[in-house]
Amino acid sequence: MGLGGSCAGWLMQAPCWLGGDFSLSEDTQQQIIRETFHLVSKRDENVCNFLEGGLLIGGSDNKLIYRHYATLYFVFCVDSSESELGILDLIQVFVETLDKCFENVCELDLIFHVDKVHNILAEMVMGGMVLETNMNEIVTQIDAQNKLEKSETFIFQSPRQDR
Amino acid sequence: MPAVSKGDGMRGLAVFISDIRNCKSKEAEIKRINKELANIRSKFKGDKALDGYSKKKYVCKLLFIFLLGHDIDFGHMEAVNLLSSNRYTEKQIGYLFISVLVNSNSELIRLINNAIKNDLASRNPTFMGLALHCIANVGSREMAEAFAGEIPKILVAGDTMDSVKQSAALCLLRLYRTSPDFVPMGDWTSRVVHLLNDQHLGVVTAATSLITTLAQKNPEEFKTSVSLAVSRLSRIVTSASTDLQDYTYYFVPAPWLSVKLLRLLQCYPPPEDAAVRGRLTECLETILNKAQEPPKSKKVQHSNAKNAVLFEAISLIIHHDSEPNLLVRACNQLGQFLQHRETNLRYLALESMCTLASSEFSHEAVKTHIETVINALKTERDVSVRQRAVDLLYAMCDRSNAQQIVAEMLNYLETADYSIREEIVLKVAILAEKYAVDYTWYVDTILNLIRIAGDYVSEEVWYRVIQIVINRDDVQGYAAKTVFEALQAPACHENLVKVGGYILGEFGNLIAGDPRSSPLIQFNLLHSKFHLCSVPTRALLLSTYIKFVNLFPEIKTTIQDVLRSDSQLKNADVELQQRAVEYLRLSTIASTDILATVLEEMPPFPERESSILAKLKKKKGPGTVTDLEEIKKERNSDVNGGTESTPVNASTVALPDSPLQGSLAELVTGPRPRPSRLNSSRLAIHNLQTGVPCLFKGFFTSESTPSPSADLLGLGAAPLTSSAPPPSSTGSLLVDVFSDSASVVAPLAPGSEDNFASPDLASSEVVSEEPADTVHDADELIHKFVCKNNGVLFENQLLQIGLKSEFRQNLGRMFIFYGNKTSTQFLNFTPTLICSDELQSSLNLQTKPVDPTVDGGAQVQQVVNIECISDFMEAPILNIQFRYGGTFQNISVKLPITLNKFFQPTEMASQDFFQRWKQLSNPQQEMQNIFKAKHPMDTEITKAKIIGFGSALLEEVDPNPANFVGAGIIHTKTTQIGCLLRLEPNLQAQMYRLTLRTSKETVSQRLCELLSEQF
Repeated sequence: MGLGGSCAGWLMQAPCWLGGDFSLSEDTQQQIIRETFHLVSKRDENVCNFLEGGLLIGGSDNKLIYRHYATLYFVFCVDSSESELGILDLIQVFVETLDKCFENVCELDLIFHVDKVHNILAEMVMGGMVLETNMNEIVTQIDAQNKLEKSETFIFQSPRQDR
Repeated sequence: MPAVSKGDGMRGLAVFISDIRNCKSKEAEIKRINKELANIRSKFKGDKALDGYSKKKYVCKLLFIFLLGHDIDFGHMEAVNLLSSNRYTEKQIGYLFISVLVNSNSELIRLINNAIKNDLASRNPTFMGLALHCIANVGSREMAEAFAGEIPKILVAGDTMDSVKQSAALCLLRLYRTSPDFVPMGDWTSRVVHLLNDQHLGVVTAATSLITTLAQKNPEEFKTSVSLAVSRLSRIVTSASTDLQDYTYYFVPAPWLSVKLLRLLQCYPPPEDAAVRGRLTECLETILNKAQEPPKSKKVQHSNAKNAVLFEAISLIIHHDSEPNLLVRACNQLGQFLQHRETNLRYLALESMCTLASSEFSHEAVKTHIETVINALKTERDVSVRQRAVDLLYAMCDRSNAQQIVAEMLNYLETADYSIREEIVLKVAILAEKYAVDYTWYVDTILNLIRIAGDYVSEEVWYRVIQIVINRDDVQGYAAKTVFEALQAPACHENLVKVGGYILGEFGNLIAGDPRSSPLIQFNLLHSKFHLCSVPTRALLLSTYIKFVNLFPEIKTTIQDVLRSDSQLKNADVELQQRAVEYLRLSTIASTDILATVLEEMPPFPERESSILAKLKKKKGPGTVTDLEEIKKERNSDVNGGTESTPVNASTVALPDSPLQGSLAELVTGPRPRPSRLNSSRLAIHNLQTGVPCLFKGFFTSESTPSPSADLLGLGAAPLTSSAPPPSSTGSLLVDVFSDSASVVAPLAPGSEDNFASPDLASSEVVSEEPADTVHDADELIHKFVCKNNGVLFENQLLQIGLKSEFRQNLGRMFIFYGNKTSTQFLNFTPTLICSDELQSSLNLQTKPVDPTVDGGAQVQQVVNIECISDFMEAPILNIQFRYGGTFQNISVKLPITLNKFFQPTEMASQDFFQRWKQLSNPQQEMQNIFKAKHPMDTEITKAKIIGFGSALLEEVDPNPANFVGAGIIHTKTTQIGCLLRLEPNLQAQMYRLTLRTSKETVSQRLCELLSEQF
C-alpha cells in the first residue's frame, strides 16, 4: 500500500493515532506507536529523516519518514511506491494546513480537536494514499465543512446542559 | 479567518479532555475514563432517545478514549445509526468512528454497507466523499465485493464533481490493492486513462496513482497512458511555474504530480514513438538542467520538492537504461548529492546510485565516486546512510576495485552496527569469492572475516571456504598454512576451529614437512581447542583425528590414546561417543590400504550456485539484491570483469560437520547422495562394508534417515528426473540404484548371497526376500513415494523394481523398470496388477504384458496408464511371478499410486484461504492428526515435502510464520475436491498437528493419513 495508512503524531505523552491500518489489532497499533516513537525520538537532528523499516512496520520495503517540529513528531510509514522527499513535503503541507486552520497551531489544538485534525488529514490522505496536496484546495474543503457544521450547530446545540 | 474557530465544537468533549489532562496519575486517568464510559453506556441504554448532537458528542468521547489506548467495546451501533443521519456533522463523526474502530469482519458490516450505498447514490458530493473515504479506509473484501462494480461508474461519469472523482480514484485503487479479483476491468479503463488530461490537477494526481498500479498488472490495457503522461509532464515541466497556480509548491510546479507521472512511466519501456520519446527526453533534460540553476528559494521545502522530481527523473532514466548521455548526467548529479550537506540527499543519492551501478553505460562513472562512498562509510553519523554506502560499494565492486572495497568493508566491520554485521559478512564473502584472482587472498579474507566477526559468520560462509579450498589444489597448501597460523591465537572463534579442523584433516600433510607444523604439533594445536568447543565442532574434530591417523601414521598411537580416554569413549553425548568408538575400532582393525581408501581426500564438489548468495537474497527480500544480481548477470559479466559466479555448491550444507562422514557416506552410498561422484572405480569399495560390518553399523543407524537436506537439494532425484529411460546394462543399473537417496542398498555380485546379511542392511529400508506370497510390507514403501514420483520401489538380490511416474489432473502414467540383477535369465516373468473390487471402481489401470524372459543383467520396462475416477483409499498391488534357476519366485508389493498424486496446487491469498477454510467448517470435512515427529523438524524440508505432496505451499498466510499452509485440488474424473491443509509444528514437544479440510470426508481422512507419515 502507499502510505502504510498510518500517520501518527505524538502529542506530549498521549499517543495519537490518526488514520490507522485497520488490519492490525489495537494492541499492535499501540505497540507500533510506542516503538516508532522510541526509534524516532532518540535520533539526532542532523541525521536523515528516513528510517529503514523493521518487521513491525511490515518489513524492509517500508520506511518511516518523519519530521520534527518543536515538541511534535510527524511520522509517516510508506512503502517504496512513494517518493521520500515527496512525503517530507506532504508532512510540511499537513503542518502548514493545520497552522492555517487553527491559526498558529499548538499541541493543545491537536489534543482538543482530534476529530478536526483527522478531517484535515482525511482531505490529504485517504486509505493510505495521497489524495490532495494543494493547501488551498484542502482549506477550501475544510471551510465548507465548517460552514455546514456551524449551520447545524446553531440550530441544534443547547450549550448550557452540554456535559 | 481561521478555518477552525476554537470556541465552537463540543463543550462536553473539551471538558472531558481537560479533566483527563489534569489527572495527576495513570490511576486517576483510568478512573476518570471508566466514569465517562459508564456515563456514556447509561446514556446509550437509557429510555430517552438521544438527539443527534448528543450521539455525536458521546461517540467523539469514545473515540478520544480509544486514541488514548483504551479498548472500546460498545458504541458501534450508535455510530452506525449516525451514518443514516441527514446532518453532515453526525454522519461525519459516524464515519470517523467506523473507519477507526470497526474491524472488517464485524456483523455490522451489512448495515454499514447499506448506509454507504445510500450515500453513494445521494448525489450529494459531501456525503459521497464521506462514503468513499470510509470504503478506502476500511478496504475490506466485503466492501470490495459490494462496491468495486459501482465505483468505476462514479469515477468516469461526466457529471461527477472533481473532489468526488479524486476520492473515487483512490478508493478504487485501495480496493484493487486488497481484492483485485473484485475489480472488473472494462470500458471504464480507457476513460480512466483520459483523466490524465483532466483540468483539475488533483484529479490527475489521483488518477495517475490508480493507473500506475493497474498498469503494473495489465500493461497492455493501459499502454495509451504513456503518451498522455509524457505530454502532461511536458506541460508541467516546461511551463512557467505561474501557470499552475495553486499546485505550485514553493516555486516548483506540481511536484507531486510530476513524481507520480514519472512513476507511471517506469511501468513501461522507453516510448517507441520517436516524437513521444523525444519529448520525454526533453523533459528529463529540463529537469536535470533545473537542478543546476540557482534555487528560487532558500527554504528547504523548495529544494525538497525540486529534488523529489529530480530523483524520480533519475529513477526513470535508470529504468530505461537506454540513453548513455542521460545516464552519465544522472550519475554526475548524484555524485554532487553525495557530498551535499543535507543528509537526506546523501542518503537518496547513495540509494539511487546503487541501481545506476548495474547499468553498463554508467558503471564506470559510478566507480569514480568510490572514494566519496568509502569516506561516507567512515564518517557518516547515521547508520541508515552507512548502510546505503555498504550497498553501493557492493554494487560498484568489480575486479578492478574488489581488493580495496573488501578491505574497506572489513575495516568497517570492526565497528559496524550489530544490526547490519551479518549482511556485511555475507557481502564480503561473496565479493571475495567472485572477484578473487588470487585464491590466497580469498582465504585470507574469509579467515579475517571469521576473526573480526566470527559470531556473524553463518554456516554458509565457512562451508563455502572449504568447498573452494577442496576444489582448488593451488590454494590447499596455503590454506593449511594460514589456518595453522590463525589457530595459534590463544582465543580463536569456534568457526575458525571448524575450518581449521576440516582443512588440516584434509591437507595437514602439505605443511607437515615444516618442523614448526609437524603432525604432532598440528594435532596438539587442534586438541588444545577441543574442550572449549561445542558438540558439533568436537564431532568434526574427532573426524579430523581419524583423518590424521591416515595422513600421519606416526601419531596414530597418540590419537588412539585420545580416542580411548574416558572423556571420549564414555562421553555423555551419544554422537561423540559413537564416533570415538567407531574411529578407534577403525584405526585398530582396518589395514593401511583400507584406511587410505576410507579416509581418502574429499573429492571436489560439484559446481552450484552459491548458498551464500541465496542467503543474502533471502535476507534482503526479493526485489533488492535479486534484481541487482540478475541484472548483473544479464549484462554480461565483463561489466564487472568478474567471472560468472564461481563454483558453488550447497551440498556441504547437508552434512558439513565431518569430512569422514561425507566420504563414508559416499563410499557406501549412504544417506548423502553425490550422484555425480559415483563411478565404477569407487563401487569396488562397497565390499568394504561387508568386511567391517560391525564397525559401521552404528554409523548407519544414526544416519539411516535419509539426510533430508540432501533431498532438499534435489541431488538424490537428479539422475532419475532425466526423462530418458535408464539404460539396461548391468553397470548403469547399479549406478541407477545408488542415485536413489532413499534406499541404502548393498551392491552384490551374483552368487555372493552369503555375505548379504550384513547388519547394516537391517537398518536400511531394503526388504529382503521373504517367503513367497506375502505382500512386502508395503505401507512403508508407499509412504516413501507419497512426496516423490521416482525411485526404487523394491529390491532383493535377484530383482530391482524402479519407478518413474508423472501425473496430470486425474490422469497419470507410471513406468515400472524391472532389473534382473543376476546373470541368469528369468523365465515366465509375469507382473500383474491387482485391484480390489472397490478400488477398481475408482481407479482405472491399463497396462500391456511384458516379455516373459528377462535376460541376466537386463532391464525391462512396463507402462501403466492411470485414471482416477473417484477418490480411493487403498493402493493397487503389483504381483510378480517368475522362474529363477529351478525355483519359482512370487513377489507382491503395493504400487504407490496414492490419492495425493492427483493434486493440483492452488495459489491463493490469505483472505481467500481463510474464507474457504471457514466454509469447510463442517466436522466431517475436517480431519486432524497430532503426532510425534519422525524426522528432524526442518522448515525447508517440510516445505519441500508439502510441495512434493502436491499442494501449493502458501507463504504468509498463517499469522504464525512457523506454521505451514497449503491448498490444492484433487482431480478425479467425476469431481474435483478442494483441499486445504495446515501443519503446525511444535519444536519443544517435537510434535506436529496436521489439519486437513476438504469437501469430502474420505478425502480429508486419506490425505491426512498419507501426509502424517511424512514428517
